[in-house]
Amino acid sequence: MSFISAFDVMGPNMIGPSSSHTAGAARIAFLARKMLNSTLKKVQFTLYGSFAKTYHGHGTDRALLGGIMGFGTDDMRIRDSFEIAKDIGLDFSFVPNEIETDVHPNTVDILMTNENGNHILIRGESLGGGKARICRINDVEVDFTGEYSTLIVIQKDKPGVVTYITKCLSDQGVNIAFMRLFRESKGNTAYSIVESDGLLPENIAEEIRKSPNVSDVMIIQL
Amino acid sequence: MDFKNANELLDLCKKHDLPISEVMRQREIVEGEKEADTVHDAMARVLEIMKNAAFTPIKEPVRSMGGLIGGEAKKIASRYHSGFGICGDLLEKSMIYAMATLETNASMGLIVASPTAGSAGIVPGLLLGLQEVHKLDDEQIIQALFNASAIGYLAMRNATVAGAVGGCQAEVGVASAMAASAIVELLGGDPEQCLGAASTVLMNMLGLVCDPVGGLVEYPCQNRNAAGVANAIIAAEISLSGIHQLIPFDEMLNAMYIVGKRLPAELRETAQGGCAATPSACAACGGCA
Repeated sequence: MSFISAFDVMGPNMIGPSSSHTAGAARIAFLARKMLNSTLKKVQFTLYGSFAKTYHGHGTDRALLGGIMGFGTDDMRIRDSFEIAKDIGLDFSFVPNEIETDVHPNTVDILMTNENGNHILIRGESLGGGKARICRINDVEVDFTGEYSTLIVIQKDKPGVVTYITKCLSDQGVNIAFMRLFRESKGNTAYSIVESDGLLPENIAEEIRKSPNVSDVMIIQL
Repeated sequence: MDFKNANELLDLCKKHDLPISEVMRQREIVEGEKEADTVHDAMARVLEIMKNAAFTPIKEPVRSMGGLIGGEAKKIASRYHSGFGICGDLLEKSMIYAMATLETNASMGLIVASPTAGSAGIVPGLLLGLQEVHKLDDEQIIQALFNASAIGYLAMRNATVAGAVGGCQAEVGVASAMAASAIVELLGGDPEQCLGAASTVLMNMLGLVCDPVGGLVEYPCQNRNAAGVANAIIAAEISLSGIHQLIPFDEMLNAMYIVGKRLPAELRETAQGGCAATPSACAACGGCA
């Protein structure tokens, strides 16, 4: 069991009204934004389950939009996120999906488009108490929470790639707390997710990208 | 300095001759691997947010996002200031702050989930009410928040604080137990009396369902935060009078958890039963699922 802090009880400090529908939503979008290495031009949020039913009254839409612009769960700008997004020219939309029900009740798909027209789809679940997890990147099921510094490597599913990644990490003195591998299917795209205590070195992404078998590296710093 | 249940917490208090708040504070430093100053500053920030959330709507009432609440704290405050209030200083002030905090929450203001957003008014409501009536300083309140955290931690660890899992008894019930324990310590009670008060609250709120109108954290949540404050005061008074509780906190917490899991789904935050299913509620929220 992970450590439950006094501030997990007295917290999170958050913009109301709901830890799962507001704070958790902001958290998912915040994590998603960190996974995009380029300028965000357009974002579409698809809402499922309870999110789809009550998103307006819970400010889930404002929270998601705030999170995608990098606002934390306690950032007052969340209230004005619609206006702020319009000011910076971010194209955003919300699509409630009440047809697909075979998902966690508080699920959102975030489709981000960057200035070059490239897309990335992130699916997140709000788990209650402001906690969240990312459970899909594009077509691959993953699982991490962003509660640790997280390194996400998109790579070819072939021998030696994981060894290469762990060597880069050990060369830089990074202590791995958790490491998991997810893949679409054998021989195709795979994702290595590495979680570490403390900050990851700034140049670690650059190092890992040097491998021809690595197509992208994302870092979410604690 | 770690503990898994109330029994172990009591043992630690006895062994080191410390109040619950101090055991919890030291646990945060030792087990959480943080500096004492960092921990103190974080809790001071919690208190600062709590004060803003509790005081602002009394002067500037705000309508909630869902439109079901807004302005209640100011109404009770003006009745209190007119001298006609029937609850007495402590309960009047505490319920005003508790309901105000829910107004702040429901209008997308900044609050501290303590332990949840829906029950965020109870701990600050009672502690800020007591602070004014008994002229306590901020450092005493900050310390008391660690006591409340200990109770909330046990509920999160060994049961639940989620309305969707255990009903309102797990949200408002646990928040009220946290507040009761914290004020017992502030008023000179020993750790056993703190836990006795927390146990009494859970007993008196056992079975309370989670039935938010329209699925929103507004109504009846705001009223129940006031009720949670009252329950905490009653339990603290019973405990401080030297009345021993037959059922210890660990057993009462487990009983609450079992009852919560047995509640049907429509009474666990799905807005399909209880208050949410009444004709007036359905009319107010424009038709529910």
